[in-house]
Parts: sequence; C-alpha cells; structure tokens
Amino acid sequence: MSTPELNALVNRGYQHGFVTDIDADTVPPGLDESVVRLISRKKKEPQFLLDWRLRALQHWYTMREPHWAQLHYPAIDYNAISYYSAPKQKGDGPKSLADVDPKLLATYDRLGVPLHERARLAGVAVDAVFDSVSVATTFKEKLSAAGVIFCPFSEAVQKHPALLEQYLGTVVPYTDNFYATLNSAVFTDGSFVYVPPGVRCPMELSTYFRINAANTGQFERTLIIADAGSYVSYLEGCTAPMRDENQLHAAVVELIALDDARIKYSTVQNWYPGDEQGRGGIYNFVTKRGECRGRNSHISWTQVETGSAITWKYPSCILRGENSIGEFYSVALTNNYQQADTGTKMIHIGANTRSTIVSKGISAGHGQNAYRGLVKILPSATGARNFTQCDSLLMGKHCGAHTFPYLEVRNPGATVEHEASTSRISEDQLFYCLQRGIEAEDAVNMIVSGFCRSVFKELPMEFAVEAQNLLAVSLEGAVG
Amino acid sequence: MSEPSAPMLEIRDLHARVGGQPVLKGVSLSVRAGEVHAIMGPNGSGKSTLAYVLAGRPGYEVISGSASFEGRDLLALAPEERARAGLFLGFQYPVEIPGVNNAYLLKTALNAARREHGLAELDAFEFLALVRSKTQLMHIDESFLGRGVNEGFSGGEKKRNEILQMLVLEPKLALLDETDSGLDIDALKVVANGVNSLRCAERCIVLVTHYQRLLDHVVPDFVHVLARGRIVRSGDRTLALELERRGYDWLSEQAAA
Repeated sequence: MSTPELNALVNRGYQHGFVTDIDADTVPPGLDESVVRLISRKKKEPQFLLDWRLRALQHWYTMREPHWAQLHYPAIDYNAISYYSAPKQKGDGPKSLADVDPKLLATYDRLGVPLHERARLAGVAVDAVFDSVSVATTFKEKLSAAGVIFCPFSEAVQKHPALLEQYLGTVVPYTDNFYATLNSAVFTDGSFVYVPPGVRCPMELSTYFRINAANTGQFERTLIIADAGSYVSYLEGCTAPMRDENQLHAAVVELIALDDARIKYSTVQNWYPGDEQGRGGIYNFVTKRGECRGRNSHISWTQVETGSAITWKYPSCILRGENSIGEFYSVALTNNYQQADTGTKMIHIGANTRSTIVSKGISAGHGQNAYRGLVKILPSATGARNFTQCDSLLMGKHCGAHTFPYLEVRNPGATVEHEASTSRISEDQLFYCLQRGIEAEDAVNMIVSGFCRSVFKELPMEFAVEAQNLLAVSLEGAVG
Repeated sequence: MSEPSAPMLEIRDLHARVGGQPVLKGVSLSVRAGEVHAIMGPNGSGKSTLAYVLAGRPGYEVISGSASFEGRDLLALAPEERARAGLFLGFQYPVEIPGVNNAYLLKTALNAARREHGLAELDAFEFLALVRSKTQLMHIDESFLGRGVNEGFSGGEKKRNEILQMLVLEPKLALLDETDSGLDIDALKVVANGVNSLRCAERCIVLVTHYQRLLDHVVPDFVHVLARGRIVRSGDRTLALELERRGYDWLSEQAAA
C-alpha cells in the first residue's frame, strides 16, 4: 500500500474536541502562596493539609523542571496557568444527578459516559471530575453498604481526614519530583478509595476526568488504599477539548496495597493530542506509583495511552512486602507530532517479589515513542524476579522508537529477563488481509490490535473494546 | 466438459515485472466456470508471479496485456475488491499475524464479502456453526480458530488453514499457489479433499504447482506449462505425467528457442 493512502487512513479527526460553555469560577493565572491558600480555603481543608501544600510549594521553588526525558517542547510558563477552575453552582453543589448542570451531563453523553444509564447498566460507579470539582458520584450507597469509600478527594478531606493524614504522600512524597511537587501544592480534586479489610469491591470503580476551561492546568490527586485481603479494580478514562495552546496536566496517583490485597488500575488516556502539525494538545506529566506494602500484595497497572501531545509517565511499583507482585502493561501510541516517554519502575525490596513489564509502543507519522524503565533489586530482595518485554511497532519513515531499560541488581540471587523487539507492519501481513477482502484500514487496525493483544487482555472487558476503538481512531492516516 | 461458455477468467498477452525485472512475457489463458487448470513449470518460471499479479500484490507491476474476471477488468480493481469479487489466493507461504485471532480474521473477511453482495453479516454464533463444519472436513482442531493467524503453525497447518479459509469464503476463482509443497501424503489428501469439495459448475480453480502429485488427487481438466514467462505447452492431465517422466528441461529449451 502506498504511503499517501496509509496516511489518509490514520488521520481521522479527534472526536472529543468540543468545549462546554459554562460559567467557570477561575482564579487569575499565577502561582504563589495566596493561590495555594485560596484553593485550600475553597476546599475548607484542615490545617495539616494546608501546611503540607505550603511545604510542597516552598520545595517546588527550589526545583527545576526535569529535561532528561526524550521529549522536546517549548518552555512552560507556570505563571501563565490558572490553578483553579470550577463550574459555578448554586449552593453547596449537586445533591443528586438531577441537580447537575444539564450541559455537564450532555458533555459526558458526548464522551460516551451517560452517568444514569451506563453506570446502572454496566454496574460501573462513575466519579466524574469536571475540571476541578466532582459533579456527580453514583453508586455511593451500594459501595458504602460494602464498606467501600469512593468519593471525590475533596469530600474525603471533609469526611475521612484521618485516613488522608495517615496515607497521603506516603508513596509519592511532596518532594518527589517537579510535577508531583507542583501537584502537591495546588491539586484541586481527584478520587479517593478505601477498601476495608477482606472486602472485594462489588463493582469496577471508574473516574472520568475531563479538562474543560481554557488555560487551566488540571491537577488531580488520587489515593487508593486496599486494606488487608481486599480487592479493587479502578478504571480511569481521559479526554480533553481541542485547543491551539497547550494545556498542562500534572496528576498524582498513589496506590497502597496492604497484606494480601490487590489493586488493579487501568487507564485509557485520550487527552487531545494536538493537530496534524503538532499545534496544541495536552502536556501530560503524571506521577503514578503504587506500593505493595503488605505481604502477598499485588498491584497491576494497565495503560492505553493514545492521546496527549506529550506523555511523561511511569506508573511504578514499590515491592516492599514479601512475595508481593507488581505488573505494568502498556500500549502507547504516538501519531503526527505526539511524543511519549513512558514506562515503569519496579523497585524490589521484599524477598521473593516478582514483577512483569509488557510495553507495546506504536509510532506513526512523526510520532516519537520512548520506553523508559527501571528494574531495581535491592540487597534485601532475595529471590526477586523480573520479566520485561518491550516491543515497538513503526509505521512510516518519520517516526521513532527508543528503548531505555535500566537495571540495577544488588542481590545476586535475583532473576531478571529482558526481551525487546522493533518491527514494522509488514507488506506481507497487509496484503494477506487485503487478499481476504478486508479493507486496508480494518487490516491495519487488526494487525495493530494483535500487536497489543497481550496488554488488552489485561483490561476489563468494556475497556478493552473502548481501547481497541480508540486505537483505530488514533491511527487514522498513520501507516506506511 | 460442458458446452463452451464465456471464460470466467480471461488473460491476454500479460506482461509483468517485479523489481524492474520482466517475469511474465505474454501469458494468455482462458478458464471457464467449472474447470480446474494446473499451471506447472520449473522454479523461477513465473508461476507465483502470475498468481500475485492476478491477486493485485503491490510491487507486481503489469506492463501490458489484460486480465478479466466475469467480464470485469480485474487489473483495475484493488486487491481487496478482487477478493470480494470472488478471487481467492491460497498463499505458498502464509504469513503469521501475531495476536490476531484466526477466527476473527476469517469472520471479518467473510462479512466484508457478504456486505459487498448485500447479504446480512453473520453473527458470532452463525459464523462458528459454519466454520465448525469446515474444520472437521479439513481435520483441523477447533483450538486453531482461537490462535493467532498462522502463529506458530507448522507448514502443513498453515496450508490446511488456507484451504479452510477458502472453504468458508467460497470463492468463484481459487488460485492455489503451491498448496501442496511441504505436505506429507496424509495432509496432501486432506487438502485435496478440501479442494475437491469446492469443485462445481459455478467455480473455477487454478492450481499452481511444481510437482504432479497433487494432480493425482485433484484431477485437472487442463495442464499448462509456464517457462520463462510464457505458457509453452498446454494439454490434458497426461501432460503432467509426461512432465513427471521427462522433467521441464526439454520444454524450457523449446521456449528459449
């Protein structure tokens, strides 16, 4: 197939690029102590949280933006960003879905998240974060009957301050890195989950984040705690409107799994990637980390990253508990001028800890895709094992794939395996499908999905379908 | 043979090149519905090239001549359009497509053709019922369907899978490129069985083969010898037996002369 034809296939438009017209309560751009105090006051936060934010801000002033990633972008002016934006509401906020601004609900409908129907039919509880404020939380009652706490972060601040104080920042400290520190100072909302001992969360939890107001950064903070012997599966989906300027998204996610607990965290990230010339798009600088704190605990990260102009994220696992397991399954697709530098860190501390890394990078157009991963085995991690598989698929002549695996093994009894491959969609595969009467576009999608299969099968069923569709949309025009 | 009708496949003075090298140098061939033709010839004579040119493989460039299929200009159609019009190529070396479910590919292919012909698409259950009957005929274990396309298949399994696909797609024109190569005698019989089950008055089959042993099981109506890019001899199946005895050299020399 010729390159122009293939390009035509990959370039279908971004389908979530509309703006919702709602009066927003937005603070003027800029960042100083008064902004942090304002956010904290609006959230009616306890003193310990304000103090924590302020320490983070002071620390952030001493830090420099990191530039070690395989990414290129113009300097970000952190004083040009507005750090708080919330849709205006009457009174204290919606009591039920009926109180939610219909325009907001329409927005979710267009994104394919009809809160009423889908949530009920699919048995998914959705905590929708619209800009900085959670607008609706469904299924809260059923969850609370099981003892599961699932609520907006700002609600947890009011209702469960002790849990927050105990766990917040214990996996990603406010000093962690430039973006995480910034987030610690100015985060506005996010999700909070606590699953009590021995409870299997009765449904998949899902948060649909959405950036709406122009010139605002979105800084969510998510904290998930799985107490001893519990299980929870959490889904996160993201989209954002089309704009010419770049928008910053610097989220932090912390997961904590205690003895025998399991957390499965799945992401389908489809932030606006910018246009064909690379104008606009989200800068996605995200810190995600889980700690297997207890014995036999288990954390899995599964991500499908198709959006954002820049993706910088390394969902990681600290394997502290004996026999704990960390997993990372990733599909990252870059088309046009998108750049991704993504991967994971597996830090083995406990004895007999195991980790698995499966990374699938797909580059098309002028996309650049880097896998960056660290497997670190400390002297205490006797019998630790890691398996890493890292595959890249290239489409066209102008894209790039890069692999940066770092290994630090300080226990001679550890087993570490690494496999890597780089390939192109072969003419033979494409022609084989065409000869069976399958359209080129469908053939390409089929081959790429096949390439990603070992990751997709880790996703919950409905997400796997969505991921496959998203991949198809993102690939339009990208084969060569 | 039945009374003469318009040929289903009509190739006239076809010239084609691959990578700038002329390979087909004036091939003419008429195949009527209901007929089975065998195209034989030494290595490098252009047999596979002919199959690829008819299927529309990129890189196989037609210089001159024509090929029509049921009165349509075959060469003007995209490869996928040729396929949906009823042309099936059984590959000599079927490619592996890792992670793509064998049954899924076949269902997509079948439904693409059905859509084209205004037929309702088969759902997963209807498809499975259809494909099951064919797997039995081909002595294929059902677990095959759930594996990646040709992924980790042995040579014989790949060939049987090709015939399975053909049985499901029910093409009007089947081009089988060295489907017999690499098969042991039992597998050869299974494959021949599959091919024979498709023989009917509405369909034609072109077997590209190097050896005549397949022709013991799928008896052709006509045998053609391709040498140096041209058909140098045509006959009935006794020609294949003669080739078995005498080899190709005597014909190649004639072609060069």
